[in-house]
Amino acid sequence: MGKEKTLQNKRTNKFRQFLPFYLMALPGAVYLICNNYLPMFGIVLAFKKLDITKGIFGSPWCGLSNFEFLFKTKSTIQIIRNTILYNLVFMLLGTVLAVMMAIFLNEIRSRKLSKLYQSLILIPFLMSWVIASYLAYAFLAQDVGLINKTIIAAAGGKAVNWYMEKKYWPYILTFCYIWKNIGYMMIIYYSSIVGLSQDYFEAASIDGATKWQQIRSITLPLIRPTIITMLILSLGRIVTSDFGLFYQIPKNSGALYSVTQTLDVYVYNALMKNSDFSMSSAASVFQSIVGFAFVLITNAVVTKYSKENALF
Amino acid sequence: MKSKDDLKWQVISNTVLALFSLAALLPFILLVVASFTDENWALANGYSFFPGKWSTQAYSYILQNFSMVGRGYLNTLLVTGIGTFGSILLTSLFAYALANDKLPGVRILNFLCIFTMLFTGGQVASYYVWSNVFHVRDTYMALILPNLMMNAFNVILVKNYYKTSIPASLLEAAKVDGASEFGIFLKIVLPLSIPINATIGLMTGLAYWNDWVNGLYFLTARKGAGLFTIQLILNQISDSISFLQNASGSATAGIKFPAATARMSIAVAGIIPVLIIYPFLQKYFVKGITVGAVKE
Repeated sequence: MGKEKTLQNKRTNKFRQFLPFYLMALPGAVYLICNNYLPMFGIVLAFKKLDITKGIFGSPWCGLSNFEFLFKTKSTIQIIRNTILYNLVFMLLGTVLAVMMAIFLNEIRSRKLSKLYQSLILIPFLMSWVIASYLAYAFLAQDVGLINKTIIAAAGGKAVNWYMEKKYWPYILTFCYIWKNIGYMMIIYYSSIVGLSQDYFEAASIDGATKWQQIRSITLPLIRPTIITMLILSLGRIVTSDFGLFYQIPKNSGALYSVTQTLDVYVYNALMKNSDFSMSSAASVFQSIVGFAFVLITNAVVTKYSKENALF
Repeated sequence: MKSKDDLKWQVISNTVLALFSLAALLPFILLVVASFTDENWALANGYSFFPGKWSTQAYSYILQNFSMVGRGYLNTLLVTGIGTFGSILLTSLFAYALANDKLPGVRILNFLCIFTMLFTGGQVASYYVWSNVFHVRDTYMALILPNLMMNAFNVILVKNYYKTSIPASLLEAAKVDGASEFGIFLKIVLPLSIPINATIGLMTGLAYWNDWVNGLYFLTARKGAGLFTIQLILNQISDSISFLQNASGSATAGIKFPAATARMSIAVAGIIPVLIIYPFLQKYFVKGITVGAVKE
């Protein structure tokens, strides 16, 4: 009997000991449940013919017909292609440029200049895409834009209706992406280069290696893990696009959709502009399931080849 | 030979970085100059780095109708302040529980957290839940709660900080002295984790300051316009310049509305606060970027 009592005491003691921790975790856990887990159940939306008056559970099931509709639409493949291709171009071009600039930044002798370059190149990253779209507009506006009114006019050319002409947009969007994100990426690689031991470089320069040789055979191999981690992170997000870039910069212009619309923009337009729950939820669920698969696959591949770079 | 190689690299590096710096800066200069350009000159000659006629017309127009921009600033400050404070509170408390290895069920909590980084319900389901279950549409909560308040990534950063930077012996000693767990958290853990909280707080604050997506989804121009932040006002003007015209009301109905330059001056109003605080916080921004990228 006495033994039982101490056991019970021990239990209440243990509960009392840990209760504060559960209380501390509670607000965060509630937030994750509301913000992240409830929407996971919302995935059933994609398999229902939603009737707003009946809610999710009252609406009839419709199997895969939402997805059938989605993939029967011609533009769907185009939208998926845009999403993936832009991401690949951004990954490759972004990485090459950012690594190059990080190496150049590391060569700068003057600390003041190095700080100044970093500060200036990072500024676009701190601005929202809405602001970026105003900046782009100042250059591209048909009637008052700098390019049409000053550059093309000076060259005696014909004004271009930028927000209607598809062929320029892959370049414009890539430029804007690089312009806004290059500072961020450069700083990540720069911090990785700064962290390398100076011994290698000193030994190499004593042996008479040129800067270029040092970069090629010391810097690049040593920052390879960082590059791989960054690439994996972006590969896991290959079906997710930067909504702001593709929505704000082309000003959601319908004439440009075939080259500017990505999954996130399509989901927004279908849901908010056309109130099309079935198509938008099918596209959105496609995005989350394929995204999940990509995260798992890339992580599995990395675990196999270099375990220390794995994410989980 | 060697110094020649060195000189060559100095020249190339400086040139390339100077060019990229210039490219980062030039659009902002054009924006500011455009906002100080005379409206008629701008309409005839376009935005330019060297306008033929300067004017503060756009700004005096905005000052006359300051209620809209002022309200936008107020909303932005309110949302950024409450959101960032809530985010730090939620994140640091949750991370503290996760950092306790002896807590029964801590693995489940950990999984609950990490799984959100791998799988999401998608934008449509998230929209449905926030608007039809929690009814945040056209309220301040719409700008504060969805997506921005807490994320698994920050939780893990803070948890790792607790584990590596706060000595366990300190916590033990406090417990021996009879301090409660909440007391320990408030008096020891929070003060010691100011650096990490400042870092994630800065990035979260920037995210709230710059956010327009929540407003785009959850605020309607008809019922939610009073809640518009600076970013949302800019987004609305970008959609239709008439929003600016209507919002300024009848008081100035007689004056010609300087559409081309006024939009630029409001965009300037949107970037000025960030540009002003940036030089003081520059190194923390850099830290905020690198703290997540470096794997321990």
